[in-house]
Amino acid sequence: MSLANAVSPLTPPKTGLRLQKQFSWARAREAGVRAVLLGCASLSLLTTLAIVYMFLTEAVYSVTPGTTAFFQEVSLWNFLADTEWSPQFADKHFGILPLLCGTFVIAGIGSLIGLPIGLAAAIYLSEYAKPKFRRMMKPVLEVLAGIPSVVYGYFALVFVTPYALRPIFQSLLGIDVDIFNAMSAGVVLGVMIIPTVCSLSEDALRAVPRGLREAGYALGSTKYDVSLKVVVPAAFSGIVASFLLAISRAIGETMAVCIAAGQMPRLSLNPFRSMETMTAYMVGASLGDTPAGTIEYKSLYAVGFTLFLITLGMNILANWVMNRFREVYE
Amino acid sequence: MSVPTKLQEPHLARRHRIDKAFEWVCCGSTWFGVVVLGMLLLSVGWKALTWPPSKAKLPSSPVATVEATSSSAPLSTRFFSSYDSRKPREAGILAAIWGSLWLIVLVALFSVPIGVGSAVYLEEYANDGRLKRIIQVNLSNLAGVPSIVYALLGMTAFVKMFGFFTKDEGKSLVINLLFTTVDVPLPFDRTLISGALTLTLLVLPTVIVASQEALRAVPSSIRTASYALGATQWQTIRYQVIPAAMPGIMTGVILALSRAMGEAAPLMLIGALTYVAYTPGDITSVSDIFKNPHGLLDAPFDKFTALPLQIYQWINHPRAEYGHLAAAGIMVLLTILLLMNTVAIVIRHKFQKCTRW
Repeated sequence: MSLANAVSPLTPPKTGLRLQKQFSWARAREAGVRAVLLGCASLSLLTTLAIVYMFLTEAVYSVTPGTTAFFQEVSLWNFLADTEWSPQFADKHFGILPLLCGTFVIAGIGSLIGLPIGLAAAIYLSEYAKPKFRRMMKPVLEVLAGIPSVVYGYFALVFVTPYALRPIFQSLLGIDVDIFNAMSAGVVLGVMIIPTVCSLSEDALRAVPRGLREAGYALGSTKYDVSLKVVVPAAFSGIVASFLLAISRAIGETMAVCIAAGQMPRLSLNPFRSMETMTAYMVGASLGDTPAGTIEYKSLYAVGFTLFLITLGMNILANWVMNRFREVYE
Repeated sequence: MSVPTKLQEPHLARRHRIDKAFEWVCCGSTWFGVVVLGMLLLSVGWKALTWPPSKAKLPSSPVATVEATSSSAPLSTRFFSSYDSRKPREAGILAAIWGSLWLIVLVALFSVPIGVGSAVYLEEYANDGRLKRIIQVNLSNLAGVPSIVYALLGMTAFVKMFGFFTKDEGKSLVINLLFTTVDVPLPFDRTLISGALTLTLLVLPTVIVASQEALRAVPSSIRTASYALGATQWQTIRYQVIPAAMPGIMTGVILALSRAMGEAAPLMLIGALTYVAYTPGDITSVSDIFKNPHGLLDAPFDKFTALPLQIYQWINHPRAEYGHLAAAGIMVLLTILLLMNTVAIVIRHKFQKCTRW
């Protein structure tokens, strides 16, 4: 019986042979419970399989007779190299580049704002702040993380663009700022990833043993020296992993970007114009109630697949960095 | 800390200045989030409590004055008791509130047993073998999958059920519950249950990981003591380990549910973004449940809208009044989320104080 053979030290001690061979309802119930729980646990595997199955059948190769998948109609080369994305028009183009460009410009602005601020806040909380301040600040950051992305989108639209970006860039510098623009989306995205970066980096910083810091102080270092030259390098793998996870979140972020940056696929680097990200396209296409089976509908899956591969790659990279470059202290 | 003596260390004063500057930069970064949060709340709150300056201030239009007198601010009692409307001053969030409430209840019903079950299996039953490692890696990857991908999955798996059922037949599965029957449409189409199942998939990794941490924090002496008294493994888990881990599990579940509550993108792709002027199961108050108990069974298969969706719809509306309605909706949503977060924090705080193993 597998229950009695389990090697974990926490399982009940192996009972006598006579008992093992006997059938008892209690034993059957134990096995039943175990099977049900295993079923629960394997549901997450099933979810992954379903995601992969969905993308493969809808985007790569259709298994249902009489239907075709996205890449059976649009060649991979067109998808990757065409510089125009216009599935709604009569002259359809399916070049992912404008969407990728929008995604990376906005995520890039967000990272430029969110990563340094998040890391600095993590350094402050772990190295400088008094425990009381830390205890007070942690829930605030959690609240910041808990604000829905729709709300951030609204904030970008009614506050960031008219009261922060336009006065600075349009009135002072004379750059035209659209109502929907990549900059405002990037700014709120930066705010959104601060809690992720801060709490993950702080965990990494706090895991650095006290001895290293004290050795630094003993050599006459200031807190600045110890923080930046001892603690941050020692926690480097954790910090990089937190950065990667935050960027991957920024790339997958949907509603805020969709509301703030608009839905105009554009291959440009001007952050003051409207841009469309992959996620915003998916939301926009679903709003029009696209009928199933059309190429527009299938393009949802192609874009989703691209997004899935990019974020999955970044998450795997983050885990790899975390494990590969982790400094182990005793 | 140290007395700067110029002879020994000429750069000491500069190094201390750098140190101070760095501290200020880091402190400023920490406060940055708070400042943004404050600005966000202020700007949304201000919008929620005022109507936009009306362009037509002429007394000649009696309709405008009637509308203006009907409510003084977007956020008022009327806001909670009326459906969305083409007249912005009469629109409310009744359907959205009930939709969100149903969603949360259904997501909790699905995700708590499955999530806690998975966590119990991984922590209490599974050996440190390959299966556990695969599930664990898979979980951490699933947690990083963007919500829009779950939305696609929900659309494919629940709304359309991979195309296994053709929509035209209007097939439905009639489940006989002895005393009554439930009509389950197949595929689920754009109903509450599709939304709830999609959100369940979305929050499951979070719930599982939080529950795992809570279970891991229960000391093994509790388990061995229970075994020593002759309890089976399941009895030990059921009566000792899970109750001990309950506060941690609850905290994780509430935080996950509050995430589900604010999520709009998955519901959007499922196609819940429509004009809905009824509540699921026609239940608009608690007394309706007693009048029409069958509504409880019908509700999961009704079309619905939810708070974040309603807010998005109003944000996207070209008329300025709807922007203020969106702000009012956001205030309601944030209040609910803040309450849920507070409950989670209080539970955790109490747990940290009371329990000493």
